[in-house]
Amino acid sequence: MNEMNEVRKPPVATTGIIGWLRINLFFNWTNSLITLFVIYCLYQFIPWILDWTIFSADFKYNYLGEQITNQEMCSRNLDPENGGACWAVIYVRFYQFIYGFYPKVEVWRVNIAYAMLALALLPLLYAKLPYRKYFLYFTYIFPVIAYFLLNGGLGFTEVSTNKWGGLLVTLVLGCTGIALAFPIGIMLALGRRSKLPVISMMCTLFIEFIRGVPLITLLFFGMVMLPLFLPEGIDMDGLVRVLVAVTLFQSAYMAEVIRGGLQAIPPGQYEAAKSLGMSYWRMNLLIILPQAIRISIPPIVNTSIGLFKDTTLVIIVGILDLLGIGRGTLADTNWLGLSYEIYFFVSLVFFIFTFGMSRYSLYLEKKLKTGINMGAD
Amino acid sequence: MKKLLSIFAVLAFAFSAHAGTLDDVKNRGFLKCGVTTGLAGFAAPDDSGEWAGLDADMCRAVAVAVFGDRSKVEFITTTGKSRFPTLASGEVDMLARNTTWTISRDVNLGFEFVGVNFYDGQGFMVPSALGVSSATELDGATVCIQTGTTTELNLADFFRLNGISYEALPIETNDEGKENLFAGRCDVYTTDASGLSSTRAAASNPDKWVVLPEIISKEPLGPLVRHGDHQWGDVVRWSLNAMIIAEELGITSENVDAQMSSNVPEVLRLLGVEGNYGEMLELSNDWAYQIIKQIGNYSESYEANVGPDTPLEIARGLNALWTQGGILYAPPFR
Repeated sequence: MNEMNEVRKPPVATTGIIGWLRINLFFNWTNSLITLFVIYCLYQFIPWILDWTIFSADFKYNYLGEQITNQEMCSRNLDPENGGACWAVIYVRFYQFIYGFYPKVEVWRVNIAYAMLALALLPLLYAKLPYRKYFLYFTYIFPVIAYFLLNGGLGFTEVSTNKWGGLLVTLVLGCTGIALAFPIGIMLALGRRSKLPVISMMCTLFIEFIRGVPLITLLFFGMVMLPLFLPEGIDMDGLVRVLVAVTLFQSAYMAEVIRGGLQAIPPGQYEAAKSLGMSYWRMNLLIILPQAIRISIPPIVNTSIGLFKDTTLVIIVGILDLLGIGRGTLADTNWLGLSYEIYFFVSLVFFIFTFGMSRYSLYLEKKLKTGINMGAD
Repeated sequence: MKKLLSIFAVLAFAFSAHAGTLDDVKNRGFLKCGVTTGLAGFAAPDDSGEWAGLDADMCRAVAVAVFGDRSKVEFITTTGKSRFPTLASGEVDMLARNTTWTISRDVNLGFEFVGVNFYDGQGFMVPSALGVSSATELDGATVCIQTGTTTELNLADFFRLNGISYEALPIETNDEGKENLFAGRCDVYTTDASGLSSTRAAASNPDKWVVLPEIISKEPLGPLVRHGDHQWGDVVRWSLNAMIIAEELGITSENVDAQMSSNVPEVLRLLGVEGNYGEMLELSNDWAYQIIKQIGNYSESYEANVGPDTPLEIARGLNALWTQGGILYAPPFR
């Protein structure tokens, strides 16, 4: 009987690589077929894309070893059989993609602003950062510093926003829109749930109006109508007008996202806070909002990513963001016809930012354990 | 309702009462010029971030006329949709944005077209392998056409007039048209001739495509300003005319200094040696000299940006001087 009790190894087919393959890829014959089909597609696609983007591509020099200064010098245009992507256009135009038309002598200011942005994000991203409190102070005053750095004033020469472009505009629009929309959205969400009818009606009206029109309409509104509402003599900058439109748009969406979080908080939490004698603001700031925002993280990041990508619409009102610079490059007679390279590069940059955002939200969710039921927390 | 109307009246007044643009520009220290967000040969940023093109040169010419300095201009990018509100609200002083001069834009929108800096028109592009030499031979062809444009209507008219049939393949953007034509999904692509040229130049092998000789519509493209400020309109109009007249008179940026001692009266008047035409425009007397010196005459600008030696390879055609078979014609400088 003893030999019967010997610990036997599980069958080979259920453990290790083979087991994993069986369970995940070849569970039954439909799965096996799909797996084989996908492998075949990847086999066809991956070598081709690698060849086009890297192995046969020109980065700065063509296959003759000349430095590429226009599309005619790209290997694939010299010899259609030879050569893949012509990344030289990105190399030559890199400055414009990153800074737009910002004057070269002043560009150190943008570089410092980019570096400071990273520094300002640091305490928000890593809660365990030593001296986080002081870093956070810096984060709060960063927008002011960035404004003077980029725009001018306080001894810096002024650089008109007309000269801004490329990634700079994309980041300014995205960061400002997301950062401003968050507090405004919270106020709107609280306002909409307010028991005071005037406040709740006004907030509902605002949210529904903004959500009811496309972003393009708001951009046009900002561009064309906003100056009419201002007193004469006050000239509002084009980029500021677009920022206003983008922020309004984003706050309305943010408000609805946060309202969803607020509604998920059990009434017991409100009652408990009130029974402790907390005022409305203390209750919301200390008890309700921290929980509501915590469960709203996925949709908050979702709308933020959406906004980041929507900033490309500003080309409609004549502001050249990253994509706009790409299109402008395509219109240069020197670089006609390189649309694949340019759109590939622009999508890659957008992907890096949006993928970073979504990874960060996953990290936050894990850290805050948002999956746990609120009541039993 | 009455209140609303009066508000609109005030707004309309605010637009129309934008007098003294020239003084505004002088006080500001630079010209604000509306251009496209990028159109090959007309206005596009070059590798160093400078705007270049036929329309960009037009903006620079006006800046030179006012300030004597080609760098005193700020380019404001506008799209087809935003260009008119931008001009009407006074955000730009002028538009040089390959805009077709039509009666409704000139009259109803309250703008003033001051001239034509490029005569465009709808044309056809086919693969050279098709062996077609005239658009009248295109019976039964599949045509890529942008929907909802005047080009669509022009196309229908042209084929009906010539009693031939076609099949339309509707597309939305120029890029889409290009891809469809290159992939052979349509035999013919039709849009403005300048657009066809840039499409052809973008092909991996431009020689495989030909632009047919027929031009089936009128698209006069020119700079425009707001209604009601004639002084400013004159400055822009004569900045363009000065470039055209300079070509007529054979003055180029190279020989302009030598021409200062010419014995042709109109040359001397244009260059400000004789007469006080600059003063009449409230500009310095050498304004036209500076335009020619810093920008060049019309031909120089054309050849550098869209002419046969550029990738666009657009022949002068209608844009040649009236003495050379084109219709480019400027009023006399006297």
